[in-house]
Amino acid sequence: MKTTTVMLCGVGGQGTILAADLLAKVAAAAGLEVKLSEVHGMSQRGGSVDTVVRFGAEVFSPVTDPGMVDHLVAFEVIEAARRIHFVKLDGRLLVNSRTMQPLPVLTGDCAAPQDLEALLANEGAIFVDAEELACESGSPKSANVVLMGALSTGLPFDEDLWCDVIAGRVPQSTIEANLRAFSLGRAACLGGECLW
Amino acid sequence: MILCGNRVHGHRRGLRVSRTLLSGNESVARGAWEAGAVVGVGYPGTPSTETLEHFAKLPDVYAEWTPNEKVAFEVAAGVSLAGSRVLVTMKHVGLNVAADPLFTLAYTGVRGGIVLLVADDPGMHSSQNEQDSHNYAAFARVPMVDPSDSAEALAFTRQAFEMSERFDLPVLVRSTVRVSHAKSLVDLGERVQLPEPAPYLSDPQKWVMMPAMATRRRLDLDRRISELREFAEETMLNCLELRNRSIGVVCAGACYLHVREALPDASTFKLGLTFPLSEQRLREFAASVERLYVVEEADDYFTRTVRSFGIEVEPLAIPKAGELTPGVIRSAFGILEPETREQETDLPGRSPLLCAGCPHRLVFYALRQADAVVTGDIGCYALGALKPLGAMDSCVCMGSSIGMAHGIELAGGVSGRPVVAVIGDSTFAHSGLTGLMNTVYNGGTGTILILDNRITAMTGHQGNPINGITLQKRPSREIDLEVLVRALGVERVRVENPHDLSATTAAIAEETASDQLSVIIFRAPCALLIREKADPYAVDEDACRKCGLCFRLGCPAISRNESTSQASIDTAACVGCGQCVEVCRYGAIVRSGSACDFRGAEG
Ligand code: SF4
Ligand code: SF4
Repeated sequence: MKTTTVMLCGVGGQGTILAADLLAKVAAAAGLEVKLSEVHGMSQRGGSVDTVVRFGAEVFSPVTDPGMVDHLVAFEVIEAARRIHFVKLDGRLLVNSRTMQPLPVLTGDCAAPQDLEALLANEGAIFVDAEELACESGSPKSANVVLMGALSTGLPFDEDLWCDVIAGRVPQSTIEANLRAFSLGRAACLGGECLW
Repeated sequence: MILCGNRVHGHRRGLRVSRTLLSGNESVARGAWEAGAVVGVGYPGTPSTETLEHFAKLPDVYAEWTPNEKVAFEVAAGVSLAGSRVLVTMKHVGLNVAADPLFTLAYTGVRGGIVLLVADDPGMHSSQNEQDSHNYAAFARVPMVDPSDSAEALAFTRQAFEMSERFDLPVLVRSTVRVSHAKSLVDLGERVQLPEPAPYLSDPQKWVMMPAMATRRRLDLDRRISELREFAEETMLNCLELRNRSIGVVCAGACYLHVREALPDASTFKLGLTFPLSEQRLREFAASVERLYVVEEADDYFTRTVRSFGIEVEPLAIPKAGELTPGVIRSAFGILEPETREQETDLPGRSPLLCAGCPHRLVFYALRQADAVVTGDIGCYALGALKPLGAMDSCVCMGSSIGMAHGIELAGGVSGRPVVAVIGDSTFAHSGLTGLMNTVYNGGTGTILILDNRITAMTGHQGNPINGITLQKRPSREIDLEVLVRALGVERVRVENPHDLSATTAAIAEETASDQLSVIIFRAPCALLIREKADPYAVDEDACRKCGLCFRLGCPAISRNESTSQASIDTAACVGCGQCVEVCRYGAIVRSGSACDFRGAEG
């Protein structure tokens, strides 16, 4: 199997690290080689963050470069746009339809970027309202798991494998809600006009 | 042809055993545990922190945070002297602090093995500089190993303990962000059962480094290093991989992985032992390839050393600063990059910021209002330098704020503006104390603010001597900061609540006006320690006069409504700290009901 590169990006504190961990564990459980690379520290305080997960028969580097990402999962619209050049021309772009304005915009020092959703849609982005679905699942903090459900429709791993990994990784009391969040994300992507 | 310890490479697996996904940091901890280390000690610092946290959770070990890296290394020296194996962890800048005992421990050597993880941060994701710690190994003359992934982090750490005792030297394990914070699959091993240490015998010739003994140990160090050089020629830590012979690349650590990704056909000489370098094998490698390159990050340690052997290294246009990626290496070798979408360049930046409800926020707001010249320090509050707070003039290293403020005073101050040093609780314990002692001793009259948020926040909430929370939750005691500061000889000491703007402003005004040295302890817990979220606030649209004062707090929950220009509060992000209420002059910020929490899950 050729190496697949997934980049998860968002705003520090949105749960990209847990999501990346789930994905890496699923790939490992499927018997693949896997590498994951993230950055802790400063940027977690509300900064722009990304985590890279790469899996396949053989994986060398844990990081990636522009034009090399097969799946970009953006937890936020502006962060999706910031990394659009990382996605392969035929790569997939999955975006949580949520915008969190950075501080300079909030304080009025900088204009809010316009029409990013249209730009992303034009590049073939698929939008998922992960927060809405997370609230629906009964676990409002599981937007990251919703997005993994959506991502899973484009990856060669069994749904059962995902569920086992999620059940083993989230707190006991939230397993059911997280599994619901996962299948809502999956359904959202299999339903609509998801092309995966 | 591949000549090396194949078994340690995660990506060249043989028989599949059950493998575990671990970060490099967790793997170093695991390797130390498997090697029989019984004590772990260190000071938190990104990207090294999780190593000791993970070690502390393994069975039958004792682990502790120390106030700083020098103390950590000295504790480790004691463990070693008593005959046990010990792991020490720190980031690259921490090694500067621990350098004093390190250099002399190279002379004394060890009894129980000492392995020190030093985690470098090329690209400065979370650091104030990007020094390359290889230089320390060569300078102090202690062996260093560079794992490239988690499997090697575990195996190399295990082996480092063997080397430490075999060569009678502490051994450095060097990682970078892309090793420490990368995860890959590892095979876990068993913990070795070490024999009881031999009965203690004092050995002043080895451990008392006064001139008569040190001169002898100095010569003995040369002997040990020459043994190590022989070991370097045979060790399986280094790995010669001959593929296409037109290009040969010397590399180590994560750079090796980037090279393999970028130039899959190139021959490589992967250095696992990065001090001392294996001169003979490098020479053989150079002779077996047409052109020899060195690929390394942030410094030219390998290039310089390989050239010093008289081996020709081809020039390569690799950036001197920052992190490497496979793409950077590809372009240095003139390989065409793939076609990409256009980069969006005019997006607003998103730098990290003080959390909603951060107890430091109003202090910086008040310092800005007071037009103070602020010498800052390392930690979350370095974020007070960013707009809109913009209330920091310097941030250099742990503990620097107090000495620098004193220096400004010696230079005659800054005309018409108060000078204030700001430091956190953990940083004060790390190396602010000595700075304060100096100011007292030399009759300085400055103003020092200790922002005591009850935790070491930026690195992920570790305990420290000020809050008395220990790594393995053993009983301890808080240090009474006020008494401590008084004991150092500061007479004007007060404790204030930083959530109270008028008290904060008044305290700063009074103490900067005083011609005595003064310390204000602003004490309130880090916002992330507060589990119960208070009800959020909201803006009363009838009362808000669009003055924009609350925007200057830089609270991520407050924004300007684009159509009305009024303030607006995101109820999901607001933690109800009430700081903005204090800033608003029109009483426009009021309590509202709670909302569905839209923030992400843990992690
Ligand atoms: S982590 Fe704590 S100390 Fe750091 S910015 Fe957030 S609230 Fe402030
Ligand atoms: S909006 Fe006001 S009350 Fe809410 S977190 Fe920010 S400063 Fe505190």
